[in-house]
Amino acid sequence: MPDTTPRTVPRQRLIDRLRAGEPAALARALTLTETGGADAQTLLRQIHGDQHGDPARHAVVVGFTGPPGVGKSTLISAYVRTLRGEGRTVAVLAVDPTSPKSGGAILGDRARMGEHAVDQGVFIRSLAARSHLGGLTLNIHALVDVVAAAGWDVIVLETVGTGQSEIEVANVADVTVVINAPGLGDEVQALKAGILEIADVLVVNKADLPGAARTEQQLGTMLHLRPDDAPEIPVIPTVAAEGEGLDPLTTAIDSRAATITPAGRARRARSHAVDLIAEAAGRRVRERFRGPEAAALDALSRRLLAGEINADEAARLALLSQPAGSPLPPDIPK
Amino acid sequence: MAETRTSPARVLVTKIGLDGHDRGSRIVAAYLRDAGMDVIYTPPWQTIDAVVAQALQEDVDVVGLSSLATDHLIVPDLIAALRKAGLEHVGVVVGGIVPEDEHGMLTGAGVAGIFGPGARRNDIIDAVAALAAKARTARLETLGI
Repeated sequence: MPDTTPRTVPRQRLIDRLRAGEPAALARALTLTETGGADAQTLLRQIHGDQHGDPARHAVVVGFTGPPGVGKSTLISAYVRTLRGEGRTVAVLAVDPTSPKSGGAILGDRARMGEHAVDQGVFIRSLAARSHLGGLTLNIHALVDVVAAAGWDVIVLETVGTGQSEIEVANVADVTVVINAPGLGDEVQALKAGILEIADVLVVNKADLPGAARTEQQLGTMLHLRPDDAPEIPVIPTVAAEGEGLDPLTTAIDSRAATITPAGRARRARSHAVDLIAEAAGRRVRERFRGPEAAALDALSRRLLAGEINADEAARLALLSQPAGSPLPPDIPK
Repeated sequence: MAETRTSPARVLVTKIGLDGHDRGSRIVAAYLRDAGMDVIYTPPWQTIDAVVAQALQEDVDVVGLSSLATDHLIVPDLIAALRKAGLEHVGVVVGGIVPEDEHGMLTGAGVAGIFGPGARRNDIIDAVAALAAKARTARLETLGI
C-alpha cells in the first residue's frame, strides 16, 4: 500500500531497513511484533513472503535455560564473546519475568552482558514474559523470525529462570543448552527435573565450586539411564565468569546445529504452534468460566465440592453444555 | 494504521559517569515496575555510547538517569548523542542531586524532568508515563510499514 502522506524525507519501508541490517529498524520491528496488531501482521507477512516459511534458515537459534542463579546471562555473555572472536554476529533475546500484580517488569539480563554494549556485531533485546508461562514470551517464534530476517548469524534465547517444567525453548531453539550448577539439589532433584530431558547440551557452570564433580557425575548417571538409541548429550563444565569451558561448549553447540534439517525444524515449529493454540484455547475457556458463565457453573461446583463428581467430569459437562459464547464456531462438529 | 495496540512503556534506568551509588536508581526502577512499566535496568558506570546503544536496541520511550555526584553535567552530551543516533523522540529525565542553578542548563539541553530528594513517587511515575506516551506518538510518525 503506497503511503501518500506528504513528507519532507521519503520514508523507507521498515522491512527494507530491517533486511539492510539497520539496528534501529530491528529494534522497532521487535517492539511492533511484541505488541501485536495489524502492523505486526503486515510485517510478518512481508518477512515470510519471500523466505518460504523458513525465515530462520540462515540463523542458528540457540536456547539457554536453567534454574535462577546458575549463571545463564554470564554464560551467554561469554558465549557471545567466543562467537565474536570467530567473527560471527549474535542477537540475544533475553526474557525476564513480569510481575503478575502490576504487569511491570525489571529486565536485568543485559546487566551481565555489558561488555558487548557497543559492539556493532551484537544486538541485545530484553523481553518481558507477560502472562505467558513456559519460560519465553507468547510470540517468541515471531520475534525470532524478525531477528532472522535482519540477517544475524546466531540468535541466542535466554529463558526466565526455569523450574522443572518450562520446556518451550526446545520447540523454538535449534539447540537447547540446559545449565546447572553445583549445590542446587541432590540426585533426586536432578532425576526429576523435567527441563533436563530437553537438553541437547548440558552445562555444569560454576565448575570451580565444591560439588561440581558430583553434579557432573549425577548428570552422567541420569543420561546413562536413557534408552541406548537416545542421542548423545555432552556434559560440559564451565566457569562462565572466567570464560573457562567456552570452546568445548561452542563446539558442542555447533556440532548439534549441524544436524538440524529443515524438516526437523518445521516439525518443531508445528509442535510449538499447537502448544500456542492449546494455550490460547485454555485461556479462552478460563475467561468464560470465570466471567460470563460463572453462574452456570454453580451447580457443577456444588457437585464437585460434595464429592459427587471430580474436576475432569465437571469440566467435560461444562464444555458439553455449549452455552452462549462458546469458543467453537457452529460449523465445527462437536 | 488500522489498529494501534499498546504495550507497557519501556524505560531505561541507568547511570553514566564514575559514581556507583545505585540505591536511588534501583528504587526508581522498582517504582516504575510497580506502575506496570517494562524497566531495563543497568549497573552504574555506563558510557554515553553504551547508553545510546542500549536505548536504541531496547527501543525505549524514556531514559532515566540517576546522578548523585555531578554526573548530570554530561547529560547534555548524552542527549546530543541520542539525537545523533536518531533517538530524538526518547524522553530524558534526571533524578538525584542537581544544584538549583544548574537546572536551566539541563532543561535547556532537552531534559524533560528533574527529580531531587523528596520527589514523590507518583510525580515521578506520572511524568515518566506522560513522556513515554509522547515518545510513542512521535515514533509512530516514522514507522514506515
